[in-house]
Amino acid sequence: MSDGKNAIKLNYDTGWEYAAAPESTDHININDRYELFIDGKFTAPKSGAYFDTINPANEKTLASVAQASKADVNRAVKAARGAYDNVWSKMKAAERGKYIYRIARIIQERAREFAVIESMDGGKPIREARDVDIPLAAAHFFYYAGWADKLDYAFPQKTPKPLGVAGQIIPWNFPLLMAAWKIAPALACGNTVVLKPAETTPLTALKLAEVIQAADLPPGVVNIITGDGSTGAAIVDHDDIDKVAFTGSTDVGRIIQRALAGTDKKYTLELGGKAANIIFEDAPIDQAVEGIVNAIFFNQGHVCCAGSRLLVQESVAKEVITKLKERMQTLVVGDPLDKNTDIGAINSAAQLERINDYLALGQKEGAEMYQAGGKTPKKGYWCQPTLFTDVAQSHRVVREEIFGPVLAIQTFRTLDEAVSKANNTQYGLSGGVWTDKGAKIFKVGQNIRAGVIWANTFNKFDPTSPFGGYKESGVGREGGLHGLSAYVNLH
Amino acid sequence: MMPEASTAEMSAPAPDHVSRVDQVGVEERVARFRTRSIKKSSKVHALKLVLSQIDLTTLEGQDTPGKVRQLCQKAKHLHDTLPDIPHVAAVCVYPMMVGVAKKALTDSGIHIASVATAFPSGMATTEAKLEEIKLAVEEGADEIDMVISRGKFLQGEYQAVFDEIALCKEACGDAHLKVILETGELGTLDRVRHASDLAMHAGADFIKTSTGKIQPAATMPVTLVMLQAIRDYYYKTDRMVGMKPAGGISKAKLAIQYLVMLRETLGEAWMTPEWFRFGASSLANDVLMQLKKQETGVYQSGDYFSKD
Repeated sequence: MSDGKNAIKLNYDTGWEYAAAPESTDHININDRYELFIDGKFTAPKSGAYFDTINPANEKTLASVAQASKADVNRAVKAARGAYDNVWSKMKAAERGKYIYRIARIIQERAREFAVIESMDGGKPIREARDVDIPLAAAHFFYYAGWADKLDYAFPQKTPKPLGVAGQIIPWNFPLLMAAWKIAPALACGNTVVLKPAETTPLTALKLAEVIQAADLPPGVVNIITGDGSTGAAIVDHDDIDKVAFTGSTDVGRIIQRALAGTDKKYTLELGGKAANIIFEDAPIDQAVEGIVNAIFFNQGHVCCAGSRLLVQESVAKEVITKLKERMQTLVVGDPLDKNTDIGAINSAAQLERINDYLALGQKEGAEMYQAGGKTPKKGYWCQPTLFTDVAQSHRVVREEIFGPVLAIQTFRTLDEAVSKANNTQYGLSGGVWTDKGAKIFKVGQNIRAGVIWANTFNKFDPTSPFGGYKESGVGREGGLHGLSAYVNLH
Repeated sequence: MMPEASTAEMSAPAPDHVSRVDQVGVEERVARFRTRSIKKSSKVHALKLVLSQIDLTTLEGQDTPGKVRQLCQKAKHLHDTLPDIPHVAAVCVYPMMVGVAKKALTDSGIHIASVATAFPSGMATTEAKLEEIKLAVEEGADEIDMVISRGKFLQGEYQAVFDEIALCKEACGDAHLKVILETGELGTLDRVRHASDLAMHAGADFIKTSTGKIQPAATMPVTLVMLQAIRDYYYKTDRMVGMKPAGGISKAKLAIQYLVMLRETLGEAWMTPEWFRFGASSLANDVLMQLKKQETGVYQSGDYFSKD
């Protein structure tokens, strides 16, 4: 960028278009109506109430789903308690492991079906559902299945004992994957489960219930009940729950923590984030630009660990921003089921409204907004990938979690300034550092208060690696060896 | 004594001023190019573009005037029963064969490219290399494909490599200069990036991956790094430089993946034979076979396509 111009010079609007390649939905079975999965069977809700889950890419109703009331939560917890007392806690650990392996294998066998449904129910690109969500969900079951009969080695010189019944509440951004993160370690450690998927994305969890039936898991070991916030509250408040595991917003996390205060329930909370992705001047710039895209636009930015703040060293800021804008012109926004699609639909009307409010706010605050443009379908909920430049720590679009494809870009001059800006947030879930110097990676990594720091990459997940937050990003760790300790009592 | 170079820029970019490359990141990006969906009319468009960008090549010790004439015939008449297909961009031969090709390709619009500079090793004096270029140009070559001195480059004698390229450029006169980096001998993507910058600053009109005589020849990661170098050079100088992956691209499907990479890295302006070439000997027939398949719905046997 010798002339200091920031204009985009390259034209990506070529006469050559890619061919549409929508994934077929012919092989998908979605029932018109789903009941609650309690004690190994699908049963109607006591409330008699149902709600619709829709496809956010075209606003069509996919299925009607049961609303679990307090009475239904009671039934589910009772089934889980019974299964815990009579079967699961008494079973040989190696046998438990076999069941979990079986779940993993069936998910793998039905991966295509799961990927398509995940994409339809949540709006995420099929490429991500197929390559990330579903394989990782299976990998989590495989990983924790292996631990089931080796807990004595995970906790040397201790006697790990299961907690009892775990109440688990998961979000809408990675529906099946979050179910796997929650269920797999709980079962491996000998607990039984009552799980509630998110209101807007219940389908793959209900499909998982079918897998659990097919795996012949003893009735009541895993119960999956659908519903809204009141169902979640009933789980958290239930007297016979020993452990609460929640992934979701910091606001709801606070409510849960308040509700649990004074009880002896254990809990893990995985909450919001506003991660800094730090690009130093000696970074591999072209790959860093790709990393920025992956950090913020992965899953439409509906990622708690998204790199939603870009901190770029001033000497390379122009180059990085120009290249980023150019790269955004080649991102394909549209039908989530099309294999070419890079960015799918926003998960719900409510979330789109929240994102749009932030887009308006950012402009009102005086930030420069950039969108690549391009057409989006008429029906459905869409948001073009967006950048805010000319922003400072005091802008609300820098401080608050937007949970959409919106990146706030700030510059810095020195390493210390970058670290200080990265830490100047209420959150601390993740972060990224891009540099050619190994020593700098360690220096930044050690000084940023966040659960995960990626170096020269972003949004990489593995079941063996612990995940969790500092500050308002949460309490406790999931994944890896750390993830086991959230589901055992040690004596 | 080395004759003095006379290009606008006089010094080679030092390795510590060259952009860094992260191999893992490059490979991840490449994997994404390979999953774009190209079929039906999108595929036909791409296949025709590939044909028009081919440098049809024969670079064998056993090359004869007869062989070169046959290749030139193929270059002009790829498959006459297929309507509306372009001819290839150029025929690529040794300097000794340029005269033969020139005669065979008169008025065809097909360029003659010639490897020079002690291809493929580059192990000769600069003077000898310049002589060879001059001979090829006098015989009628439109484009010269030179090799860099990899030995000198790996020794760290960047200025010597730079000066030699600049002199070759001068010796080319009006002919276009393609600079072959022989990336398979450079070892790392960082060095590919450095050699690309060096060649462009020294005056290359095109940068080219390989001679085809060393494995690995062209790969998508190497080509991506070179395309990114071209983009950065363009930002800096406003001068477009062309790209030629060569060797190992024998299937239409792979060639189309290269075009996806080109499209998403440099965009529209480079999507022509003027700025992008495939150095290949057997790619054309696979492309023709795919075009025939799009037309008829069935694959024909290789025997239905002329081989020279």
